[in-house]
Amino acid sequence: MLNQFRDWERNRHEYAKAWKERTGGKVMGYFCTYAPEEILYAAGVLPVRILGSHEPQDVTEPHIFGMFCPFCRDCLAQGLKGRYDYLDGIMISQSCLHIRQAFTSWQKHVPVDFHYYLCMPNRVQSPHALPYLAGELAEFKTAVEKWTGKTISDADLDKAIEVYNENRRLMRAVYELRKDDHPHLTGEEAMEMVIASQMIDKAEHSRQIKKILEQLPSRDGRDPGTRLMILGSEDDDIEFLNMVESCGATFVVDDHCTGSRYFWNEVEPSDNRLEAIAARYVHRVPCPSKDWEDRTRIDHILRLARDWNVAGAVVIQQKFCDPHELDIPAIREALDRNGTKTLFLEFDVTVPIGQFKVRVEAFLEMIGDDDLFD
Amino acid sequence: MATKQKYETQPLKCWGRAKEIRENFYRDYAQAHEKGGLRWAGGAWTFGAIPCGLGDDVWSITSEPYAASIAANKEFSMRCLEATERAGYARDLCSYMRNYWGSVILNEYLWGGPFPKPDFIWQDHICCSHAKWYQVVCDLEPGIPQFCIDVAVGPYNEITENKVDYIVGQMHDGIAWLEKVTGRAYDDEKLIQAVHNECRSTALWAEVCTLNKAIPAPLEEKTMYSLYVLGTLMKHSKIVADFYEELRDEVRERVANQIAAVPNEQCRLMSDTQPPWGFLSLFRYLEKFGAVSIGSLYTFGLIGVWEVKPDGTWGPRTTPQEQGVDIKTRDQALRILTDWNLSKPEWQHFYSPHLKTDMMVRIAKEWSLDGVMLHYNRGCEGLTVGIAENRLGLIEAGFPVMTFEGNMGDEREFDLHKTMTRVDAFMETLGVKK
Repeated sequence: MLNQFRDWERNRHEYAKAWKERTGGKVMGYFCTYAPEEILYAAGVLPVRILGSHEPQDVTEPHIFGMFCPFCRDCLAQGLKGRYDYLDGIMISQSCLHIRQAFTSWQKHVPVDFHYYLCMPNRVQSPHALPYLAGELAEFKTAVEKWTGKTISDADLDKAIEVYNENRRLMRAVYELRKDDHPHLTGEEAMEMVIASQMIDKAEHSRQIKKILEQLPSRDGRDPGTRLMILGSEDDDIEFLNMVESCGATFVVDDHCTGSRYFWNEVEPSDNRLEAIAARYVHRVPCPSKDWEDRTRIDHILRLARDWNVAGAVVIQQKFCDPHELDIPAIREALDRNGTKTLFLEFDVTVPIGQFKVRVEAFLEMIGDDDLFD
Repeated sequence: MATKQKYETQPLKCWGRAKEIRENFYRDYAQAHEKGGLRWAGGAWTFGAIPCGLGDDVWSITSEPYAASIAANKEFSMRCLEATERAGYARDLCSYMRNYWGSVILNEYLWGGPFPKPDFIWQDHICCSHAKWYQVVCDLEPGIPQFCIDVAVGPYNEITENKVDYIVGQMHDGIAWLEKVTGRAYDDEKLIQAVHNECRSTALWAEVCTLNKAIPAPLEEKTMYSLYVLGTLMKHSKIVADFYEELRDEVRERVANQIAAVPNEQCRLMSDTQPPWGFLSLFRYLEKFGAVSIGSLYTFGLIGVWEVKPDGTWGPRTTPQEQGVDIKTRDQALRILTDWNLSKPEWQHFYSPHLKTDMMVRIAKEWSLDGVMLHYNRGCEGLTVGIAENRLGLIEAGFPVMTFEGNMGDEREFDLHKTMTRVDAFMETLGVKK
């Protein structure tokens, strides 16, 4: 039933190449989910998130010092190896310093027709962030128009906003189904759906979700075992989720940029389209690199844990990911105070599934109420 | 000294004054309350001129230089780092931050007594850690109000009105916030004076660094660390601006009289990023080869503010005073302060390693360098960002590069002897003998 999403996720490059051939449109690779995809979509461009491949590699060492996160190096490796050779442009919406290096090295060593560094504000809690970003989006829109040769009208923006909002609503509906006592899909399947949405024409993705939403309620619900949440750094390690969910647990919700954080907030339409888009990105559930001076994300995480009836949380961090490392002690303490035990794991490009399995099983045993000696 | 002395050398006459300014800074901060004043904490990069509008009895501690001082004290540093790790913070985070937090957790001030809790935090966010550094401080010392300005508006060559407005808007909010949390009325005249001081001191530091183009170099980098640091403490103060003028005059004199920092100078290098503070003896080891590190983009451009002169070379940026600009309003002062800081060389690399490479190549050419030593600094993601691309760019431009891995503030991640061996090999490559 959900195979289409898995297929898109696994064959992302083939999809993009076929899309390009079919439509004659341009494909833009982006490095962070703060990219205002609506503007690209309005210009007829397919935005494709650049992710890694989880393979050991030796091509990035001359470009990015090894103390930076494995994710940014894995992303750059994809470019250096020519796996995104169909891209017409790349862009980054400013977030952490780590992923920025993948962009700047790509800029120099994997030339494309168009590259853009969007100065997304970091202090999203400031009242000045919104007008500032709206101004930056206006410049970005002009640059995209010049690059594509297409004027982006208000009608184009309205349509793109609605396509994206619909996809966000549909994904929220899918996540609602995970609240069931017997969830109708696994965490692994949910992650595949979100990652696929970051690479596929959103309208096409939404059509597929609608079909799924009709079918899912009749699918047998799963005995969840221990209801878990997963949260932390960028995580598209599907193999890890699969392993945990084979140990008597189910991920029922997440706080990842490859999960709920990507689609949680909608654009509230208004006459000033760019301001409306800016507001969505300024007010979305923040990446920790932008969550200051207050840590607003903690309340959001606690709400998710409560509403999805979570028994434990797996807190993961890409090795060397400073923004998440800086929040993790406070998040773990808050979850613990609220009765949700946590397991902290540090991820690399490849994860030691065997070792992690032992730790996950011990964690599940610790928080479960099973009698060990039945 | 192994190689033959070629030039006369002398200690700096103003050295004692530099030491005194630094000591006073840390003492004034600790004793602020005894004098009825206020104290605030923030980074060395922060817009320190702004809190000056609260009065003359407001003293600060800048977190990076404080943490660097801790790092130079290996015993205390180790206790700080371990205290931070015990509190649950990752060992690969910024080592300045971990030393600073450790001092707070242990409640020990490096200069004696308990850690003096600031009345407010005035920070800016330059890298992933800067705002969050103080978020954690507020966890550790609850109740300290904090304000942090986001400066991530892109490189100076792409500055627009929209970007400047974003920063200046936050500064105006910040002044209202300062009045609220301190209960004091804000004095724009004091702000204007502080902006003038900052422009003067940072341009003067750039002028001092420019004088190091001379052969022999009148200053070497180990000494420069102790001088540039004053700018990281209070670049907005008249004390520092006056001192840099005195220093500039003395360095001019050294150039005129060929007074060398390294009397056997035969090889000119630059470094990059903060050094491993507990192991500055590395620079003395270089001197055995007659190798002088004339500075770096870090020592030149974190405090120094520069411009391209009519002859195409780098020199100190012309200050608003020199241009005859009369600052009359708060908004005008804040706009000048913003523009001045955004033009600083050490901001640019956050957005593009290629811009940094261009500046490094410029230094290598104008300061007549034979090679470059890059510190792959595990302690600072902010200044190490893009360093591998810098290496490639420098090599492409024809400059030999040696890299060494270390950590500015965590001695467990630096191996002095291994680094000295790398220096030996680098010197051999350059054809320089002891």
